[in-house]
Amino acid sequence: MSSRNNLPVLAFATTALLGIAVVLALLVAPEDVDQGVSQRIFYFHVPIALTAYLCFGLGAWKALRLLSVGGERRDLESYTWIHQGTIFGALTLITGSIWAKASWGVWWSWGSNQLVLFLVLFLFYCAYFMLRFSVDEGARRERICAVYALFGVALIPVSFFAIRLASDFIHPTVFTREGPQMTGTMFGSFLVCWAGITLLAYVMYRIELVGKRTDANLRELREALS
Amino acid sequence: MSSLTLYASDVAALMRKDLRLELRARDTLPAMLLFVLSTLVVFHFALPTGTSDDAAYGLLWIAIVFTALLGLARAWAPEREGGALDGLVLAPCDRSAIWLGKTLAVFVFLTAAELVALPAFALFFAPVDLVAIAGVVLASVGICAVGSLLAAMAAASRGREVILPLLFLPLAIPLIVGGVGAGISPQGATYLSFLALYDLIFAILAWATFEYVITE
Repeated sequence: MSSRNNLPVLAFATTALLGIAVVLALLVAPEDVDQGVSQRIFYFHVPIALTAYLCFGLGAWKALRLLSVGGERRDLESYTWIHQGTIFGALTLITGSIWAKASWGVWWSWGSNQLVLFLVLFLFYCAYFMLRFSVDEGARRERICAVYALFGVALIPVSFFAIRLASDFIHPTVFTREGPQMTGTMFGSFLVCWAGITLLAYVMYRIELVGKRTDANLRELREALS
Repeated sequence: MSSLTLYASDVAALMRKDLRLELRARDTLPAMLLFVLSTLVVFHFALPTGTSDDAAYGLLWIAIVFTALLGLARAWAPEREGGALDGLVLAPCDRSAIWLGKTLAVFVFLTAAELVALPAFALFFAPVDLVAIAGVVLASVGICAVGSLLAAMAAASRGREVILPLLFLPLAIPLIVGGVGAGISPQGATYLSFLALYDLIFAILAWATFEYVITE
């Protein structure tokens, strides 16, 4: 049970790393020539988006392991990763929306393929929760949820491609974000932010997992006592 | 018999069962046909005068997707109501054959609805060319392949009819992109190959995972 003991240390490290990340992103990294101060949200928006992908991927990986090897705990792990992925996906939508407002003057733009992809994924994974909570608990629910999670990772590249294709006929003009190349300091700050956010997702995953397991154990105990 | 012909005959038997049930009870197909026609009429009133044909074409896809949903929501109803699912799972056939048989049966229903919808659309709104029809066929394959699996998931849940559209629509977005693109874009072939790719990926995925969805 050494994994349980390192959680406070990890949480502390995450807080410290995120603190450094905020300082780097807001104060140290040089201002973008074109977009000015609003570009600084990039240091959070992009890492959060990448972390959301990572969470969905890990959720599907656990689901695949559940289907191939079995094991009740993998269901909970898969669910928790997807839950974290959905949280970070929602954060991606929010930060992306703020960035769109700051640089294009609108809260939402169908021209931004990444944002549209996250909207599709957000809808998909919200349906995952609807499905999960309307099937009776048991082995069948575990497998159904696992299959749906696997469809999710197949949907990510397919939707990405579909949205690229759709922007040809829906939006003839495509926004390009190929501004100036990132300088060394910018890239360094970006990497620190990325590491911080990834660690944050992991810590949140662990905390949620511990909570869910305690919950399940408590329920078992109660049933055993009654 | 080789295992492949055995598999094919299982699939054919399961599909025939669904078609025969529908022929006798007639509780899905007439509803789908009437629904797709009514939707097209509703669209006429929903579209302002002078709207381009492209906009109408987009609405055709909404009609197709929702008609498919209507059929899919009832796809597993005979099995559920008759308690036949356990029997099917216990039957000495590969479980993916159950999925394939259901997919083919739903595909027949959806094709019948489209045979009504496309001429009606051409009559009411705008002509439909060959590439667009190829897009409809390819997208229908994807709709049925993914839809019959999701419908089996939804059938296991408490909120059956409510939950199926929620599960299905995010997965159908690429199909709509491909279908609409095949109809209105000059580079129709790109969209057709995209649809074929989607069908391939998701048919394999559904074929491989159906067993886990259906077994208790």
